[in-house]
Amino acid sequence: MSKEKKDHIKDSVGVVETKFYTFAGPGQELTLESGETLGPITLAYETYGKLNKDRSNAALVCHALSGDAHAAGVHEGQDDPGWWDDMIGPGKAFDTNKYFVICSNVIAGCKGSTGPSSINPATGRPYAMDFPFITISDMVNAQRHLIDFLGIKKLLCVAGGSMGGMQVLQWVASYPEMVRAAIPIATTKKHSPQQIAFNETARQAIMSDPAWREGNYYEYGQPERGLAVARMIGHITFMSDQSMEEKFSRRLKKERLNFNFDAEFEVEGYLRYRGANFVKRFDANSYLYLTRALDYFDLSGGKLIPAGKNIDTRFLIISFKSDWLYPSVQSQDMVRLLKRRSMDATYCELKSTYGHDAFLVEVEEQTTLIKHFLDKVHNGYMVADYHDIS
Amino acid sequence: MTSPELRLDHKIIYFIVDEGARVLDLGCGEGDLLYLLARDKHVVAQGIEMNDKAVQECVKKGLSVFHDNIMNGLSEYPDQSFDFVILNQSMEEVTNVDTVIHEALRIGNKVIVGFPNFAYIKSRWMMFFKGRAPVTKSLPHSWFDTPNVRFLSILDFKEFCDEKGIRILSAHYLGEKAEVKVLPNLRALNAVFTLTKGES
Repeated sequence: MSKEKKDHIKDSVGVVETKFYTFAGPGQELTLESGETLGPITLAYETYGKLNKDRSNAALVCHALSGDAHAAGVHEGQDDPGWWDDMIGPGKAFDTNKYFVICSNVIAGCKGSTGPSSINPATGRPYAMDFPFITISDMVNAQRHLIDFLGIKKLLCVAGGSMGGMQVLQWVASYPEMVRAAIPIATTKKHSPQQIAFNETARQAIMSDPAWREGNYYEYGQPERGLAVARMIGHITFMSDQSMEEKFSRRLKKERLNFNFDAEFEVEGYLRYRGANFVKRFDANSYLYLTRALDYFDLSGGKLIPAGKNIDTRFLIISFKSDWLYPSVQSQDMVRLLKRRSMDATYCELKSTYGHDAFLVEVEEQTTLIKHFLDKVHNGYMVADYHDIS
Repeated sequence: MTSPELRLDHKIIYFIVDEGARVLDLGCGEGDLLYLLARDKHVVAQGIEMNDKAVQECVKKGLSVFHDNIMNGLSEYPDQSFDFVILNQSMEEVTNVDTVIHEALRIGNKVIVGFPNFAYIKSRWMMFFKGRAPVTKSLPHSWFDTPNVRFLSILDFKEFCDEKGIRILSAHYLGEKAEVKVLPNLRALNAVFTLTKGES
C-alpha cells in the first residue's frame, strides 16, 4: 500500500454505509410548497462520528446539485471517497472526533432518496414527470424528519456549498431555533436570472433529446446526449477563466489540428469525458427537478429572517474570488442583510482561482475557518491565552 | 508559549470599554484587542478587516469578523447598533475620515479613535533638522511603502472634532512605555480619544 493511501486511511472516517429512513406513509404524506403531497419518502443518509450524550454535537452537511449522502469515507470494497472527504474526518474541519456529522441525499435526487426515478406506489412505475415539483424548502422539511428521527433537537451547525448552501439558508428561514450555526458557502439567497438561464439551457438540452420521451425513458435508457450537454454547461460554469487556462490552455488532444469536429482541444475532451461519465451516475429527470428547485429559490425580502424576529444563529459565510457562478457579491448581499439585523456573523472571501469548484477543492483555508468557527460555537472562547491582562 | 506584552494602546482601550458592551472594531487586524475584550470583558465583538490573513487569525481566535474595507462596512448598520466603535490605528488608512467618523458616531454610542501623532518630537526632529520624512515607532514605514494616507497631530484632531461638533469624552496620550501628561502634542507617540455626538 502506498504511503499516500495509508495517510488517507489514517485521517479518514473509514468504511461507511448508506442508511435509509422512510417516513410520510399513507395518511402522513409531506405537503410540499407547491401544495401537492408526496409520500412515502425515503431519505438516504450517512453519519460519521458519535452523537454525544446531550445531543449537542450534530453537524448537518448539505450536498450540492449532483452530490449525494456519501460525504466522507469509502464504501465497502470501493475506492471512491465521499464528496467532502477532505473536510470531514478525524482532525478535519468537521472533526468526527468531536462532532456527529450527518449528510442526506435530497428529495428529487437519484442517490437513494425518493425522486422521479423512484417507483410511484400509485402506478408501480417510476414517477417520471408525475413527480411533484420540489423546492429547497421541501428538501429541508424532509431533512427535518430525519433529524427528528435521529433524536436531535438542535443542530450545532448546518453547512454546505452551492445548492447545499441554499439548504443551509433555508434551514435558518424554516427552523431557526434548531440551528446554532449556519455555514453557507459559495451560494446565494436568491437565484439570479443568469443562474436561472444556465439551468434553463441545461434543461432544454435534456428535453430536446428525443431519448428523453417526455420523461418516460426508464425502460429505454437515459437521454444521454442531452444530459451530457447539460453537464458540460455546468462544468463550464464551475471553473474560472484562469483555472481553465491553467488546466487546458489551448493544448491539443493530438499533435496537430485535424480539421474535424472531434475533440481537438483538451478542454473539449475534458467536457466530453465529464458529460459521458455523468450520464452513468445521474438521472436526467432528477437534473430537471433539482435545477428547477434552485431556480425557485428566493429568500429575499425578509424571508430569511422575518421582520421583528430575533434569532441567535451564528453565521460563517464563505465565498471565492474567482467564482462567477455564485459570485462574492451574492454573499456580500447576505452579509448586508445580516448587518441590518445585527446578527453575529463572519464573512470571508477566499482568494482561489478554481471558480465555483473551489468549495470542494480549497481545503486548507476552509478548514481553518470552519474548524475554529465550530470550536467557538461549541465551546466559547477557549483558545490558548493571547496577551493576558493583569 | 510566551505571550507578548500587551500594547499600551490596547490596554487603554481595554479599560475604556464597558463590561458586556457591543463592540465593533474597524480594521481590527488579527483581533488581539477584540479577543481580549470578548474573553475577559464579555463584550459582543464584531470586527471588520480587509487583510485575508488577518481575517483568518481573527476566526482562529473565535471572533466574528467581516472581510471588507472600513468604508464599505458601515452603512447597513442601524443607528446605535453598538456601544463602542473602535477605530484604532486604522484611521490613517481611510480615505474619507470625515464620513467614517460620522458613520461610526451614527451606529455607535461612543467612538474610540487611536492614531499616531505626527507632531511627536522625534518626527519634528527628523523633518526640521534632518529634512527627512519621519520614521518613528508609531509611524514605522518609509514614505514609499506606508499604508498611511494621512498624517495628523493631536492638535489637528482636536480642531477637527471642534469643527464637526464632536464631543471628546476622554483623551489619552501615549509615550513609549507610559501615558504622557505634559505637552502631549510634542511628547506623545500615539493618542486615544473617546468621542460621542455633540449636543445639537
